[in-house]
Amino acid sequence: MTTSTSSTGDVPAIEFKDVVKRFGDNVVLDKLNFSVAQGDRVTLIGPSGSGKTTILRLLMTLEEANGGLILIDGDPYTHEYKGQKWVEIPEKRRRVVRNRVGMVFQQFNLFPNMTVIENIIEAPIHVLGKSKAEAVARGEELLEQVGMSEKRDFKTNQLSGGQQQRVAIARALAMDPEILLLDEVTSALDPEIVADVLGVLREIAETTDITMLLVTHEMQFAREVSNRVLMFDQGQIVEEADPETMFTNPTHARTKEFLKAVLG
Amino acid sequence: MNDESIWSWETAWDVLPALLRGLVVTIEATVVGMVIASILGLLIALAMRAPTRWVRGPLRFIVDFIRMTPLLVQLVFVYLLSPPEIPALVIGFVVLGIHYATYMSEVYRAGIEAVPQGQWEAATALNLPKARTWRAIILPQAIRNTLPGLGNYAVSMFKETPFLFAISVVEMYTEAQSYGANTFSYIEPLTMVGLLFLIVSYPTSLLVRRMEIRLA
Amino acid sequence: MSDDLQLLIDSLPDLGNGVLVTLQMTLGGALLAMVVALVLGFGARTPSLWVRAPSRVVIEFFRGTSLVVQIFWLFYVLPQFGFKMEALAVAIVALGLNYGAYAAEVVRGSIESVPTGQWEAATALNLGWLHKVRRVVFPQAWALMIPQLANLLIQLLKGSALAFYITLHDVYWWTDELQRDTRDTFFSFGCGLIVYFVIAYILTWGMNWLEERAKRRLGRGTRPRLRDVFGLKPGVPSEIARMKGGTA
Repeated sequence: MTTSTSSTGDVPAIEFKDVVKRFGDNVVLDKLNFSVAQGDRVTLIGPSGSGKTTILRLLMTLEEANGGLILIDGDPYTHEYKGQKWVEIPEKRRRVVRNRVGMVFQQFNLFPNMTVIENIIEAPIHVLGKSKAEAVARGEELLEQVGMSEKRDFKTNQLSGGQQQRVAIARALAMDPEILLLDEVTSALDPEIVADVLGVLREIAETTDITMLLVTHEMQFAREVSNRVLMFDQGQIVEEADPETMFTNPTHARTKEFLKAVLG
Repeated sequence: MNDESIWSWETAWDVLPALLRGLVVTIEATVVGMVIASILGLLIALAMRAPTRWVRGPLRFIVDFIRMTPLLVQLVFVYLLSPPEIPALVIGFVVLGIHYATYMSEVYRAGIEAVPQGQWEAATALNLPKARTWRAIILPQAIRNTLPGLGNYAVSMFKETPFLFAISVVEMYTEAQSYGANTFSYIEPLTMVGLLFLIVSYPTSLLVRRMEIRLA
Repeated sequence: MSDDLQLLIDSLPDLGNGVLVTLQMTLGGALLAMVVALVLGFGARTPSLWVRAPSRVVIEFFRGTSLVVQIFWLFYVLPQFGFKMEALAVAIVALGLNYGAYAAEVVRGSIESVPTGQWEAATALNLGWLHKVRRVVFPQAWALMIPQLANLLIQLLKGSALAFYITLHDVYWWTDELQRDTRDTFFSFGCGLIVYFVIAYILTWGMNWLEERAKRRLGRGTRPRLRDVFGLKPGVPSEIARMKGGTA
């Protein structure tokens, strides 16, 4: 089920087709269309409330769309059109696709009732069906990678924010996702810690071919890591460019305004 | 089941006046019990703030003892010890009141502790005497904090008044029980008495919940 | 007084049986209550109205109709419908349903107090619903529940004294027998109340110990002081346990 990303060729990793999302009367996404190619690193920028985080949450099935299709590797994920009708996909099928997607949260959301290593091996054992030895070996490897090896058996509440976030990254990677969603992963951290976490992410970006979709306020980081930037405003993409162009030479008025406000 | 039918509306109708009479006693017991509990509970809460542990320690023990042993056994205990001149209903009031006073003292304690430290400091800054500070500043705020607790305990006590059957106070449950014993039909009286409890306690507890939300 | 003591010593085997019956009711009732609480507590927070509404009705029904009425209803009325239960079973069922309804509110409140981020992280790891509840949410909610469940357990123990009136030979029955034998109300009931107090105290220790353990598992582990384990937390009746459910 988790085929290597390069072999799936030109099917986009993520595709949104006419996706609509409303919260009550508030239309957050209005028939949004966009796609992300395999191995792409896409940063979503835009003012708060523009729908960036909603996109990640839809991709993680934390929110339900009100219309349209979301495809992962061409497979319908949450809904599909049967005949003329828009129907929900049963949880069983959804779970198969969901395995390809991982997420790191702004608030880390580690499980406080488990140790660091238990957090990491829980899903690989119980969802992917790995043996415990295998899961632990991979978990230790990932802890090494994020520089958290010596905290292996700590309770999560004993860790600082930055440490928790590094564990959360390892936990997401332990599921071998094809797509990694990063939702403002440094926003809850003290400024001096941010660089550590970004360093970890940069390394992952350089050493793997995971498709990444990130929402961040760290423009410098977005510039280094991503190969595409999408500027959102009011649930629509107003501008799309490579980072160099986007940050040095934006065309749309809203983008200019936004970047001026963030970059100063 | 044969034709003499499980439920008789006639019996139900017949027992209703007795149950309503009992309901009056039940409500009476709840009201008087809660008045005693409210006053005594406050006194306990204040005594618990006494500076010497020679007061606090024994009081703590008595309160815990009352709180952690069955109301039912306490009722019978006091009933058997009291001189026969004292009506059972009065014993019921007092024991219910004391038992719930131990609960209420915790509500007051929490209520007093919830008054912000700044209030005490402001009172000191104004050089108010201690008694005045308590009466005019701390208690009014603390008691406001305790209102939902008071309401909840009233509902709880209402549902515990049937324990009074053990000391032969004729409240709602006892009425049902004695009707059943006399006529050998328990179904109607016991079912109706349960429903009457529900009819009174459910709306009351909704009311208390609304009060909680408003005061929160 | 020395006669009293002699009679007390003679009645010790009966006391043993009485304590056993009281404990059977208390622990049996608590076990049933926990099952009821989990079913109704989760039922009361499902999105589906078809599950939620009946759960709420059952909760309000068993909370609202008074334990005394329930236990006697089960004892006197239910057999007329053809269901005859042993007295011990009647007591356990009545206590379990009544306190289960209260505990359901505690369960619901505690589950709701677990941050939504925990559910979301579990979804992101693709855990199934039961797995999320069992391994992630419940262990965290459990730590919040225990103090309130401890209260309910004491209330349940106290309520079990009713069983005397449906022919069970529990601690209260023993007290009553002792009173008949000694004709000394103060002595006999004093002994009876002390027995209840000791049982309540031991149960409270047990629950305090469980609470400390649950907290340690969440890494909020201050090593428990003796006072934490052996101290009595203020016991409050069921109505208040619900009140604190949402916020504690």
